[in-house]
Amino acid sequence: MLKRCVSGVSLYRRSMNYAAMSLAAFSAVLVLAPLFAILIYLLIKGAGAVNWAFLTQIPKPVGETGGGMANAIWGSGEILAIASLIGVPLGIAGGIHLAEYGRHRFADAIRFMADVLNGIPSIVIGVAIYGLVVVTQRHFSALAGGIALGVMMIPTVLRATEEMLLMVPQSIREAALGLGISQWRTTIFVTLRTATSGVITGIMLAFARVAGETAPLLFTAFGNQFWNFKINQPTAALPLQIYTYAISPYDGWHRQAWAGAMVLIVLIIGTMSTVRFVASRGMSKGLA
Amino acid sequence: MGVNIDVCDLRAWFGPAEVLHGVSMHVRSNAVTAIIGPSGCGKSTFIRCLNRMHETVPTARVQGSVNIGGFNAYNGIPAVDVRRRVGMVFQKPNPFPTMSIYDNVAAGLKLNGFHRRRDLDEVVERSLRMAALWDEVKDVLKNKSGASLSGGQQQRLCIARALAVQPEVLLMDEPASALDPISTAKIEDLIYQLKERFTVVIVTHNMQQAARVADSTAFFLMGDLIEYDKTEKVFTAPADRRTEDYITGRFG
Amino acid sequence: MWLQMVEEPQPELHLTNPQPTLPRLELPVRARLTLVTRVRRWGSGAQADSIFRSLMLLGALSLVGVIGLIVFELIYNCRPSLAKFGWRFFITNSWDPVAGDFGALAFVYGTLLSSLVALVIAIPLGIAVAVFINEICPRSLRKPLSFAIELLAAIPSVIFGLWAIFMLAPVLRSHLEPFLANYFGWTGLFSGPAYGIGMLAAGIILAIMIVPIICSISREVMLTVPQQQREAVLALGATQWEMIRIGVLRNARAGILGAITLGLGRALGETMAVTMVIGNSPDIVKSLFAPGYTMASVIANELNEAMTSLHRSALIEIGLALFMVTLVVNAFARLLVWTAKRGMSARVHA
Repeated sequence: MLKRCVSGVSLYRRSMNYAAMSLAAFSAVLVLAPLFAILIYLLIKGAGAVNWAFLTQIPKPVGETGGGMANAIWGSGEILAIASLIGVPLGIAGGIHLAEYGRHRFADAIRFMADVLNGIPSIVIGVAIYGLVVVTQRHFSALAGGIALGVMMIPTVLRATEEMLLMVPQSIREAALGLGISQWRTTIFVTLRTATSGVITGIMLAFARVAGETAPLLFTAFGNQFWNFKINQPTAALPLQIYTYAISPYDGWHRQAWAGAMVLIVLIIGTMSTVRFVASRGMSKGLA
Repeated sequence: MGVNIDVCDLRAWFGPAEVLHGVSMHVRSNAVTAIIGPSGCGKSTFIRCLNRMHETVPTARVQGSVNIGGFNAYNGIPAVDVRRRVGMVFQKPNPFPTMSIYDNVAAGLKLNGFHRRRDLDEVVERSLRMAALWDEVKDVLKNKSGASLSGGQQQRLCIARALAVQPEVLLMDEPASALDPISTAKIEDLIYQLKERFTVVIVTHNMQQAARVADSTAFFLMGDLIEYDKTEKVFTAPADRRTEDYITGRFG
Repeated sequence: MWLQMVEEPQPELHLTNPQPTLPRLELPVRARLTLVTRVRRWGSGAQADSIFRSLMLLGALSLVGVIGLIVFELIYNCRPSLAKFGWRFFITNSWDPVAGDFGALAFVYGTLLSSLVALVIAIPLGIAVAVFINEICPRSLRKPLSFAIELLAAIPSVIFGLWAIFMLAPVLRSHLEPFLANYFGWTGLFSGPAYGIGMLAAGIILAIMIVPIICSISREVMLTVPQQQREAVLALGATQWEMIRIGVLRNARAGILGAITLGLGRALGETMAVTMVIGNSPDIVKSLFAPGYTMASVIANELNEAMTSLHRSALIEIGLALFMVTLVVNAFARLLVWTAKRGMSARVHA
C-alpha cells in the first residue's frame, strides 16, 4: 500500500479522498450485510426446524404438522449423481483434449463454447431438456433433471481440468514418455494424476453450483411429495421443495422451507470451504 | 548388457530450421561417450533423436538412421519400444511429484503392465542400489514423495527410475548441471560404474566432467559432428582447430 | 598447429565411493520374460494413442453438440408461436392464454426494468467493494473478504428468494418504500400502494446477486493494471483516491465495463429469486412499487401448466429470446474483459 504524505494537498482534495475511502468501506459493509442477514436468519429460522423427523420423513398432507424433506434430500442426491456421471467425464475429457491436444484454432472455439454454455440461463437449459427428454418420454423424471444439471456442470469441470493440466510442467510428461510409457497412459496416469487435487476442486465447485439450482428442475424432475427411487419418474429435489413451500400460504411449510434451506446451505458452504482448504494445501504439495 | 549404437547421416529439424546436419557416429557398447559443445550446437537434440523424444515436439522432423543393438529405431517400430530400451535422465531432476519413492521407481514397470508385487519390490531395491540411493531411502520408500528429496537425491531417483525398466542404453542430458559439487561427484561415480552394464551417452557442457568419466568424446558445433575420438586424444591432441579452440576456452 | 596443454595436469579419476562389485540387476528369468513380452501388450501402439485422442475430442465436441441441441430444441418448439405472431410478439402487450393471444412486451419490460434497477444499485457497490478489497483494505482482511464475496455468489437463487419474501419484503413495505414515497415520490417511480413485493424488491435482490460477479471480475481486471501506473500517478503528488481513480480505474475501464456486462447477463436470466418477489403480474407500470413479470418468471410459472401448444410455444419463444440476448451480452462482455486483460501492459492513460 503506497501511502503518500498529503499535507501539501488542498482541503478539497483531502476531503474527497476521505469521502471516497469511507464510501468504499461503507459499500463493503453494505454488500456483506445481506450475507450475514441471510446466514443468521437461516440459522435462527432453520436450525430449530431441522430435526430427525425432518431428515427422515416425507412431507405430510397440508394441515398436518410434522413431516420432513427426506424424499427431497434423497431425490437431490439421485439427480446430482446422474448429473455428475454426465458432467464429470465429459468435462474431464474435454479438458484433457484442450490441454494436451489443443494447439489449434478449433481449440479456441471450444473454449468459447464452454463460456457460452456457462452463460446460458439455467431456465433456458431446463426448457431445452424439457423438450428433448421430458416431451419425448412423456413424463418428468430424475433422469431429465440429472441431464439438465449435468450439462451445466460440463463447462466448469472442463475449464478447471484444462487449467490444472496446463500447470503440470512439461518435464513430467517427458520423464514418463522417456520411460517408454505410451502417450495416453502418460496423460491419464502421470499428468492427470499430478493434477488430481486441482481437478477434484473444479468438480466440487461445479457440484456446489448445480446443487442449488432450481429452475432447470421445474420442468424436468418436477418434484414429488412421495418417495421415488426410480430415475424415470418425477422426483423431489431439495431446492424444488424449498421453492414450493416458500411460496405456499402455510406457516408450517414455511418453517420446513427454512429447514431445507439450512440443509442446502450447509452442503454448499461445506463443499466450498473444503475446496478452499484443500486448494491452498494440496496445490503446493502436488506441484512442488 | 549394453549395445552399440550406429548413427548414420542423422538430420533433424525444428520446423524449417535444420539443427543437425548429417551426423554419423558409432557409439561403443559398455562405454561412456560424452558429447560436448557450446550452447545450441545440437547435442541435446542429438541424444533426443536416439530415443525418439525429439519427435514429441510438434514441428520436429528426423531423417537418417539410428541403429540400436541391431534394430532400426525409426523403421516402423513404435516409439514406446525404443524408449523402453533407451533410458533417459534429464537436466533438471523430474521425479513424479505425487508419487512415493517406491512408486516413482516402479512407474516405468507398472505403467507397462508389470504388476507382480514381489518382482517389483526386487527391481525397486536393485535399481535404487545401482543408483546408490538405497541406503538413504530404504526406510521411507512408501512414505515420502519423490519431490521431498534433495536435488542430488532426486536425480539419483530419476536414474533409478530409468534403470528399473532395464534399458540397454542410458542417455543423460547434463545430469549434474543443476546439482552441487558433492552430488555431482556421486553422479559421476555412478556413471563410471554404470558403463559396466549399459551403454552411456552423456551430454555435458563441463569439459572436466567429460574428461573424468568418458571413454570417448564427441565435439559438436552448430549441428555438425566435428570430432569424435578417445577422450584422451580429443583433450590432449585434438585433430580439428575448432575442437582445440573450444577446449582451450576460446569460445563457448 | 595447436597449443600444447601440458600445463594442465591430466584430470584424475576420483571415485568417492568405489564399490567392488555392482549389485545384480538381472531379474529372474521368469520375470524378465514377462517384462519383455508384456511390452507388446494392448495399448502400447500408436493406434491406442489415436483412439484415446479421438475419445477426448469427442468429449470436447460434446460441448458443441449440447449447445447445438439446445438451440435446435428451442427453435423447433417455438414454431407455432413464431408462425402466428412473428417478431411483433415482443412489442405487443397482451398475454391471454385463454383467448390464445400472446404478446411478450410486459415481460420484456419487466426483465429490462428489474435488470436496470439491479445495475443502478450493483455497479457502484460492486466497483467500490472491488476497489476496497484490492487497494484500500488491510492485507489481512483480503482473504476473508474475498471468501465472503465468494460465499455470497454461491448462495442459491431460491434461498435468496426465500429470504427476500420473509425479510426483505417486509422491510421494504414498512420502512424503505414509505421513505422513498415521501422523499422521491415526485419522480413517479415510487407511487402506489407499498406491498413490499414488486419490481423494487426484485431489483434489490437481483443487485445483491450480481454484486459478487461485478466485484470479482473488476478485481481481476484491476489486478492486471501494472504497478508502474499506480506509482506514476502517486509520484505526481496524488492522493490515494486520485491514484485509484486515474491510475487504476481509468486503465481498467474496458474490463470493468465487461464485468458490468457480465453482471447484466446474469441478471437477465435470473429466475427463482425474482419470481418469488416480483408479484407475477404482467402489467407495464412506471412505479417500482408495482408488481411486474419477467421473461424468466413467466416461463417458470406457466410452462408446466400450459394447456395448449400455442401457449407452450409462446413461452419457449420467450426462452429463445432470453437465450439469444444473454448470448450476445455475455459474448460482448467476455470480449471486453479479454481485450482489457491482454492490452493492459501496452496502454498508458495520462
